[in-house]
Amino acid sequence: MRQERLSLVLSVGLLAGLAVVPLVTAANTVLNFLVFAMILALAAHGWNLLAGYAGQFSFGHAAFFGVGAYGGALLQMRAGINPWVAFLGGIMLAGIVGAVIGALSFRADLRGSYFSLVTLAFAEVLRILVNATPATGGAAGLLIPLDVRFANFQFASRAAFYWIALALVALVTLLMLVIENTRFGAYLTAIRENEDAARALGVDVFAEKIKAMTLSAAITGAAGGLYAQYFLYLDANIGFGPWISIEALVAPIIGGLGTAAGPLVGALALQMLGEMSKTVAGRIPGIDLVLFGLLLVLVIAFMRRGVVGQLQRLAMARGGA
Amino acid sequence: MLETHALTKHFGGLRAVDGATLSVEAGTITGLIGPNGAGKTTLFAMISGFEEPTSGTVTFAGEDVTRESAHKRARRGIARTFQIVRPFAGLTVRQNIAVGAYLRHPSRTDALRKAEEVAQQVGLAPQIDRPASELTVAGRKRLELARALAIEPKLLLLDEVLAGLNPSEIRDMLPVLRSVRDGGITILMVEHVMQAIMSLCDVVHVLAQGVMIAQGTPDEIARDPRVIEAYLGAGAAKRLEAARAHA
Amino acid sequence: MMFSPEIVMAAVLNGVMTGSVYALIALGLTLVYGVLHIINFAHGAMLTAAMFAVFVGHAVFRIDPYAMIAVVAPLFFALGYALQRWVIGPAAHGSESNVLLVTLGLSIMIENALLAGFRSDTRSIDVPYAFSSLDLGFTFLSVPRLVAFGVSIAVAFLLWLLLARTDAGKAIRAVAKEPTGAELVGIRVEHVFAVTFGLGAACVAVAACLLMPTFYVSPRIGNAFVLVAFTIVVLGGMGSIPGAVLGALFVGVVESLSGLFFNESLAQLGVFLIFILVLLLRPRGLFGAKA
Repeated sequence: MRQERLSLVLSVGLLAGLAVVPLVTAANTVLNFLVFAMILALAAHGWNLLAGYAGQFSFGHAAFFGVGAYGGALLQMRAGINPWVAFLGGIMLAGIVGAVIGALSFRADLRGSYFSLVTLAFAEVLRILVNATPATGGAAGLLIPLDVRFANFQFASRAAFYWIALALVALVTLLMLVIENTRFGAYLTAIRENEDAARALGVDVFAEKIKAMTLSAAITGAAGGLYAQYFLYLDANIGFGPWISIEALVAPIIGGLGTAAGPLVGALALQMLGEMSKTVAGRIPGIDLVLFGLLLVLVIAFMRRGVVGQLQRLAMARGGA
Repeated sequence: MLETHALTKHFGGLRAVDGATLSVEAGTITGLIGPNGAGKTTLFAMISGFEEPTSGTVTFAGEDVTRESAHKRARRGIARTFQIVRPFAGLTVRQNIAVGAYLRHPSRTDALRKAEEVAQQVGLAPQIDRPASELTVAGRKRLELARALAIEPKLLLLDEVLAGLNPSEIRDMLPVLRSVRDGGITILMVEHVMQAIMSLCDVVHVLAQGVMIAQGTPDEIARDPRVIEAYLGAGAAKRLEAARAHA
Repeated sequence: MMFSPEIVMAAVLNGVMTGSVYALIALGLTLVYGVLHIINFAHGAMLTAAMFAVFVGHAVFRIDPYAMIAVVAPLFFALGYALQRWVIGPAAHGSESNVLLVTLGLSIMIENALLAGFRSDTRSIDVPYAFSSLDLGFTFLSVPRLVAFGVSIAVAFLLWLLLARTDAGKAIRAVAKEPTGAELVGIRVEHVFAVTFGLGAACVAVAACLLMPTFYVSPRIGNAFVLVAFTIVVLGGMGSIPGAVLGALFVGVVESLSGLFFNESLAQLGVFLIFILVLLLRPRGLFGAKA
């Protein structure tokens, strides 16, 4: 089975299964777990577009998560914009920040490790700035006033919020499957595999990278916006902290780098692992991240194509061409 | 079709190419030869937009493209291959060629159809749905050619597209290159395989130590004492002459 | 704002001494880059780990931080060797992005294991000589920082001697230049890679011993240092040892002088901003085409 087919089947199956969960259980812990997994999956999708498809490994996607989260929150709190519109505004802001960081980095021709490092530094700069700026709530953080109304993007039922998050993940998954079958997708793969060859074939490498980065940042920004609306609280370490850069990166690698199903598969796996580590080890800070780091090393060492790649290999071995 | 005027590239103190002037007539196969390290690849890079010249100009179809980026030149119709062939791994042969075809055919269906057409032309049709990474060296060279052809170029720059092939593989490639030329695409090729140069090229330019030292038909070039010396060292032409006189 | 020449002079001296420790950290980074052509993202986490080792050595076993050099330098050499030989090398399958991700994974593991073990508090150690100083007339020179300067320069010199004058150094240089060729003449490339990585780790271990008497440690402290080190390495040219030393002294002085004008919280921001600017504005080809 080809990767795209497998991703399609896997995504549809998973999303359909996930959609009926609230009909089976209304347990808060389950829905919390799933909402968080969806937020992570969305952030991971954004990272995966840039790294998995276009080969540019960002270590600073927290920048876009944070801009999406803070952008949405500040637009509604300070400018009085409707939260739904503010959410979209946050996504757009994240896209713009992505375009700017991308333009600066790619203009300087930063590739490979250098791109990773500079994105990390950008995220850290934003974290320190937001932490020190009173307008963004500073170190105390930002509390979005509780006012549970549909018009406010706040829901009495967790299930409603969960379905919206799930719908966004489904939408982005579909987007990725479409991109795989377009010129844009082909160009990104070409850039990932051999930038010079792509250039010789008329690909405007700079422009395509910026497009990818903008879209990637916007998607991860949407994850940040969802986080803000769900928890109604933000601080600089939540919005711009290294944790989200790491999780948005580890999830697709576990799930399957450069596959449309990878981010969701990986996000669910990471969430489960995180919960398990908490049950076993209690609330020791950092213990879940130790496991994520270990998993990252193990997957790179033994399963480079992630879960989806592994399934594909199995499917091929069974003769399903 | 293509003209370079006094094209020069310095790397630090090294003059890789020094005042290279050459012109390529439309509809020809033009050869560019020279000993190793003569600056052929650098010259190619300047013509295709991968290196910016220190001075001099590149004119394509009457327009100055000296400072234009590589992808814009590709859009104008300058295609190039690379000496070290690296297919887009993880993609099939068809998808590899389609990356080139997308330039003129934005829709996926059209691009894939064009890719198939080009694969036929270069003899890759049987492997079209195989992963590109499975190809042999000869297959990769053909794929490199196919990708470049897929952008439907006016001028094709071939960088040692025959290197690493065995004699029978080279024999198989020659008619492919001729058919490309007959299809209306002008070719400028860097090549070490003399047999190919002699049988394919209309005109040959010789570059040695960054300087253009000769140009002419393959036959003229083969007899030119400056060329012989460039390849075999100073005095070689005289010794060869003497040897001939003795014989 | 104007400062008297004495204050500026003192700041420059302090900067040189801070810079010398940066040099040690940057040396490890640049050595690994120069030979293995990889960026070790776990370099900062290794520094943090070494600092905690020094902290524990002092807190539990009452070992003087300088004496700890004899313990942590060989220990970290061995750890670095093992990491490269049996973890990073095999896991990376020869791809740059894999190396990056594997060392990122290691750095996440090390940092968070330290966080789990020591929590996020900052910790420092008390040594009797922490505040002792030399009177230079116009300023006081902190003795621990002077020691740091001396030892750093000595280590840099030893490293240079090792590379330039010994057979091991010759092998390392051969591998750096031509790994395939080196393999052909019988050099065990994997072994040399691991030794180099071990040397890099030993450098941060020594740096940790020099830092602890006057500095503090927390699980994320390595990041700040390593970005400084990256900045230095990029400034000085990836893989260049003299470049790293000169770059480090320069950055140390700049940092110390800007400390006169800006407050502490902005200094952290400055490090990241300078790093970004250096990367974005560096002259093309400063460290080769393959950036």
